[in-house]
Amino acid sequence: MSVQETAPGNTVISWLMGVLLLAGALIGLMLTAFAADPVMEFHGLLFLLFCVGGVFFLIRYGSAKDDGDPSPYQDSVVRAGVIASMFWGIAGFAAGLMIALQLAFPVLNFDLPWINFGRLRPLHTSAVIFAFGGNVLIATSFHVVQRTCKARLAGGVAPWFVFWGYQLFIVIAATGYLLGVTQSKEYAEPEWYADLWLTLVWVVYLLVFLGTLWKRKEPHIYVANWFYLAFIVTIAMLHIVNNLAVPVSLTGVKSYSLFSGVQDALTQWWYGHNAVGFFLTAGFLGIMYYFVPKRAERPVYSYRLSIVHFWSLIFLYIWAGPHHLHYTALPEWAQTLGMTFSIMLWMPSWGGMINGLMTLSGAWDKLRTDPVIRMLVVSVAFYGMSTFEGPVMSIKAVNSLSHYTDWTVGHVHSGALGWVGFVSFGALYVLTPLLWRRSQLYSLALVSWHFWIASIGIVLYITAMWVSGILQGLMWRAYDSLGFLEYSFVETVEAMHPFYVIRAFGGVLFLAGALIMAYNLWRTVRGDVRVEGVAAARPMAAATAAE
Amino acid sequence: MFSHARIEKNSILLTVLTLIVVSIGGLVEIAPLFYLESTIEKVKGMRPYTPLELKGRNIYIREGCYNCHSQMVRSLRDEVERYGHYSLAAESMYDHPFQWGSKRTGPDLARVGGRYSDDWHVAHMNDPRSVVPESIMPGYPFLAETPLRIDQVADHMAANRTVGVPYTDEMIENAQADIKGQLDPFSDEVDGFLERYPNAISRDFDGNPEMVSELDALIAYMQMLGTLVDFDAYKPEENLR
Repeated sequence: MSVQETAPGNTVISWLMGVLLLAGALIGLMLTAFAADPVMEFHGLLFLLFCVGGVFFLIRYGSAKDDGDPSPYQDSVVRAGVIASMFWGIAGFAAGLMIALQLAFPVLNFDLPWINFGRLRPLHTSAVIFAFGGNVLIATSFHVVQRTCKARLAGGVAPWFVFWGYQLFIVIAATGYLLGVTQSKEYAEPEWYADLWLTLVWVVYLLVFLGTLWKRKEPHIYVANWFYLAFIVTIAMLHIVNNLAVPVSLTGVKSYSLFSGVQDALTQWWYGHNAVGFFLTAGFLGIMYYFVPKRAERPVYSYRLSIVHFWSLIFLYIWAGPHHLHYTALPEWAQTLGMTFSIMLWMPSWGGMINGLMTLSGAWDKLRTDPVIRMLVVSVAFYGMSTFEGPVMSIKAVNSLSHYTDWTVGHVHSGALGWVGFVSFGALYVLTPLLWRRSQLYSLALVSWHFWIASIGIVLYITAMWVSGILQGLMWRAYDSLGFLEYSFVETVEAMHPFYVIRAFGGVLFLAGALIMAYNLWRTVRGDVRVEGVAAARPMAAATAAE
Repeated sequence: MFSHARIEKNSILLTVLTLIVVSIGGLVEIAPLFYLESTIEKVKGMRPYTPLELKGRNIYIREGCYNCHSQMVRSLRDEVERYGHYSLAAESMYDHPFQWGSKRTGPDLARVGGRYSDDWHVAHMNDPRSVVPESIMPGYPFLAETPLRIDQVADHMAANRTVGVPYTDEMIENAQADIKGQLDPFSDEVDGFLERYPNAISRDFDGNPEMVSELDALIAYMQMLGTLVDFDAYKPEENLR
């Protein structure tokens, strides 16, 4: 496996892509010229610019060598993914802080359409899940599949298409939200044309991933890759079915979903819960299964548990959607089925947590010396916590209280900030020195600061939401001695204010941690090393040895 | 003897098995909803949205109202007492997509129609805290000043018909006239409008007859929410779920 081995297939891919980009440029031009609304005019132009830029990219990198990266592994696209992850992460956390402040101080909506809470909230969720999380997943999956297969990424320039195509999807989705373009299906808000584009990008992603597996020099496919593969395949299925829609005009942004009412509701939550299950869980478990053993320098705790974990997790997760629709017009048998499977889901989730934590066997001392491994381990602990809380909340009696309240928001954030955030940060801290060929991170002390500041932020966030959620749920159902509802709705809103302030402060801390991280990674990329005390020197030696 | 190694060594086998395993749950839970009586029942009173209400609903979606307001009264005592009769599946049968929501930062809106006056809505949209001092809702003063774009409304109804909403040719042809008819009870168009949408309301919603604004459409939509089914005549035992 070397650079010289430029497969003729890669040249074919470059030409094919060139033709597709030219066709895309033409489509973009048509969309702009004949747009039925101003947003499509703008998005058509974006698409046109993207395709033209892509053609220049191909001319520059698509011919001589297969993608302009001389190293045995295709690391440049992973480096781009690390930068994009950090950028979108900070953007997404900042958007979250903004909407948290809007709930505490509504004057911050400024009476404007583009930045009111209703438009910014999908911007926040999409930015953190798809822009930050998605870039972390694409970057780490490209890294892991190459290292565990001992093969360079397949498809020549195709991985770059996946990277840039995905960024285009993010920009179209995000600008669309601000301009009022949404399907109103949570975590599937982008309109039909953005969905079609993502489908194309995703199919190429799957082919690159599979193509790299086919080139592998190892007989077995490593467990992390099972999880990445399940994530890619299942997200494709969920995305396509949930976004089935009929556009009003082929040059307009608006569409109407194929399903309506109760069928649409369950399809959406089948999608919505498995966006959690496969995007935010299976994909990030792939990260856990590679980066925890790598950083701890220990093998995965149990091979057998990995197998049981994988198949039971992916089988059970898909059933859990109806727990978002308890006591609604969804038939009761479906609610009960969803609840039952959600409770069963506790077991494989904790199986995976145990497999991750026990990988530290014999290396527990690293928790004390290496803040990166601390971040990874605490992420797995948060995973365990939120996958216990989830089944509890899926029980109908509990859900009747928790649903529609901030408890749900807090639950999501213990998973999102604690599990997804920390495991991503850990992976980025491991990846950056490796990809830029640096012997170590700029500063482990700063990693430690990031860890503690962000942890305190998470704790403030989720405890504030527990209190506000349970408080509001209880106030809604409170009766006075005469048998009347005790509180008007707006009294329960008023009671939320202090908790919204605390939550926003938690968000400030989490964002501050991410900014420290960005600074640390930037200095690492520059090749700087901070002189730190004896206590911090030991882990540095350990980290260097891990390279 | 079964060995997992076979799956681990064959990426296509792994992909296909994964796809099968993740398909089962969705098929079992979702497919029956297209056939069961309780989820496809027709309930008396349900009709497609008028063109103005449809435009209003699109504004509701555009501004992301669903992020804070549910439209689903659960079958719990306090909710039924606070909001009214629990929501039926049939009440959202023409909702592409559904607007049940997942969070109540503000109250449920499934039955908000007729609860407040048009004037209240106008004031509330312009500045929520002028009528509810403790409210944390954003203000939407721009809705009253933005003219409603109605040139494509017939296309919107045609797209709805494609996905199953029973709009007739006549309804689609008269889409723009019906917007006029709904906004002005003394216009020539009102009779045809009320014939096509029997229990709809015709009046100027935003208090400004000079302009057809986005606020007109949004209030028209909110004032009909949850009002179509007559629950004095509805017999739940006929639709046991």
